[in-house]
Amino acid sequence: MTLEEDYYRDMLRIRRFEETVLDEFKRGVFSGTTHTSIGQEANAVGVIRQLLPDDIILTNHRCHGHFLAYGGDMRALFAELMGRQTGICGGRGGSQHIHYKNLYSNGVQGGIVPIAVGMALAEKQKKSEAAVVVFIGDGTLGEGVIYEAFNMASLWSAPLLIVVENNHIAQTTPTEYALAGDIRMRFQAFGIPALELDTSSVMEIAGNTFQLMREVHEDYSPRALILNTQRFGPHSKGDDTRSEEVVALLKEQHDPLAIMERQLSSASVSSIRSEVEQEVKAAFETALADPVARMEGRA
Amino acid sequence: MKTTVLDSLNQGLISALKADSSVHLLGEDILDPYGGAFKVTRGCSTAFSMQVIPTPISEAGLAGVTAGMALRGLRPVLEIMFGDFTTLIADQLINHISKFRWMYNDSVTLPLVIRTPMGGRRGYGPTHSQSLEKLFMGVPGLTVLVPANFSVGIHSPGSILENTILNTDSPVLFIENKMQYLQPLLTAETLADFEVDLRYDPTDINQQYPIYCLSIKGAPSAAVTISAYGFCAELARQAQLKLAFEEEIFTELIIPTRLSPFALQPLMDVVARTGKILLIEEGTRSLGWGAEVGTLLAETLGDKLKQVKRLAALETPVPAAVSLETGMLPQQEDIEALLRKMSA
Repeated sequence: MTLEEDYYRDMLRIRRFEETVLDEFKRGVFSGTTHTSIGQEANAVGVIRQLLPDDIILTNHRCHGHFLAYGGDMRALFAELMGRQTGICGGRGGSQHIHYKNLYSNGVQGGIVPIAVGMALAEKQKKSEAAVVVFIGDGTLGEGVIYEAFNMASLWSAPLLIVVENNHIAQTTPTEYALAGDIRMRFQAFGIPALELDTSSVMEIAGNTFQLMREVHEDYSPRALILNTQRFGPHSKGDDTRSEEVVALLKEQHDPLAIMERQLSSASVSSIRSEVEQEVKAAFETALADPVARMEGRA
Repeated sequence: MKTTVLDSLNQGLISALKADSSVHLLGEDILDPYGGAFKVTRGCSTAFSMQVIPTPISEAGLAGVTAGMALRGLRPVLEIMFGDFTTLIADQLINHISKFRWMYNDSVTLPLVIRTPMGGRRGYGPTHSQSLEKLFMGVPGLTVLVPANFSVGIHSPGSILENTILNTDSPVLFIENKMQYLQPLLTAETLADFEVDLRYDPTDINQQYPIYCLSIKGAPSAAVTISAYGFCAELARQAQLKLAFEEEIFTELIIPTRLSPFALQPLMDVVARTGKILLIEEGTRSLGWGAEVGTLLAETLGDKLKQVKRLAALETPVPAAVSLETGMLPQQEDIEALLRKMSA
């Protein structure tokens, strides 16, 4: 399998996992809430596949793609969302609160950024050479604590890559209603070199992240990567206020899967598709049959 | 020179930094020669320069940074200069720090101690004098500790702090009190008039957090049980001593050092004997520690409990003027007056 095919498969796994979640929500298999990253798969795969084995990932409410790109088990993620004992966190966390190896997520905006700084400083202190990547969205740029974190990351030279997935919409609020000034300048103000990419090409994101991570590792200092991206699905489940035409146009122009499919042979695309279909189906059905999580402690 | 609570805490920090190089101290203005706004960190940066990190004024961010350090194997200690500023770390404490261990299905540890001084009586006014610990009690996954000004048995404020830093794998909010800092540590000798009984909550398996039970030596059985923590415990002890020697009113005083999670068992048999409890705290009265303990006692003791009284601050901000602040916060005279009534 070529690297292109490999990345395509990883993105397709995320896409099909999340499409399955949204479909099955309607049938009542899942409860509570979820946040999908359909359209943003190139960010997860392009960035996370460049990490070294000891590197650390901090992620947010929209974390399924990051978990799967990191090598997390699809059945355990399904099971976590279904509230099964076999879930990543035994059903305690659900869709947006997971911990697996060196990946940590939490559902409140902003707070994971200083935590990422602290982790990077701890690894530096331990001389482990691990670096940290933290994923935030454009909406989180409204949270004050991240600027405290940027300041400390730069001040103390934390080996940290801050990835802003700017999908141009925070829940239902377009970025232009919520954000003043320029995203890159925010980082520059703290002395953090920032690169901005306008692409849904996983290969382009991968190449640039590889270079940035090398700088983070070699210079022991923070970098920022701003990924201008598009979300095709709702913020959560049924809360998309954009018209179908608008979303269809975004998909036509920015679909990371379509971009990749144009570069691959149709035989290889169809073989990867059927492989992923089988994996998703098997993972879903296994998780569905797993035992439901039980609460202990009430006398 | 007498050892003060401040000295003891300072020694506890220094011992912890010395014992384990993964212990790191962070906070605002903690570098020598200043050594922290209340001097608890005095000497630390000189002796352990690699483990002491002076910080910007970024409480929320710092709580997150230290949480990240703790999740990756260090043992950070964060000083929040005034307890009032814990409002700035509430998101980290409640939605991040206290949740990670349980939410991640016990797959991580988070050995973090956040120290901060609460309390008034120094004229600092509404935003530098509060006792806000009740905001953080009852938060699952967060332990709230409060030292007493005793050095009895193996425990002192500094030893409790040191053991917590070195041995606890869960987050702790360590509440100090500004008025306590300069109090001399009371020892078995200076407590000669008292019988001091050390108890432990059965869930405190390593017996790290003593509960002090004080009664007047050789006195007849107590008429009222008092429970208080922090500086109010010292006010209660003074009142207890005075009433015993001047008015022959005898009481028992129970001083916990772990406020949350709170266990009732060690109090229960004492309160069952007197049937009367006075609960004292420096924070505002409503919906606080006293309300919780009073309810627990009522639930558990039923009609063996005859009387519950609470003494706490009035429901206003802490005023700056000395006369106003004195009227707002509970005083020793208020404790004495209540005990006279309750014992009658």
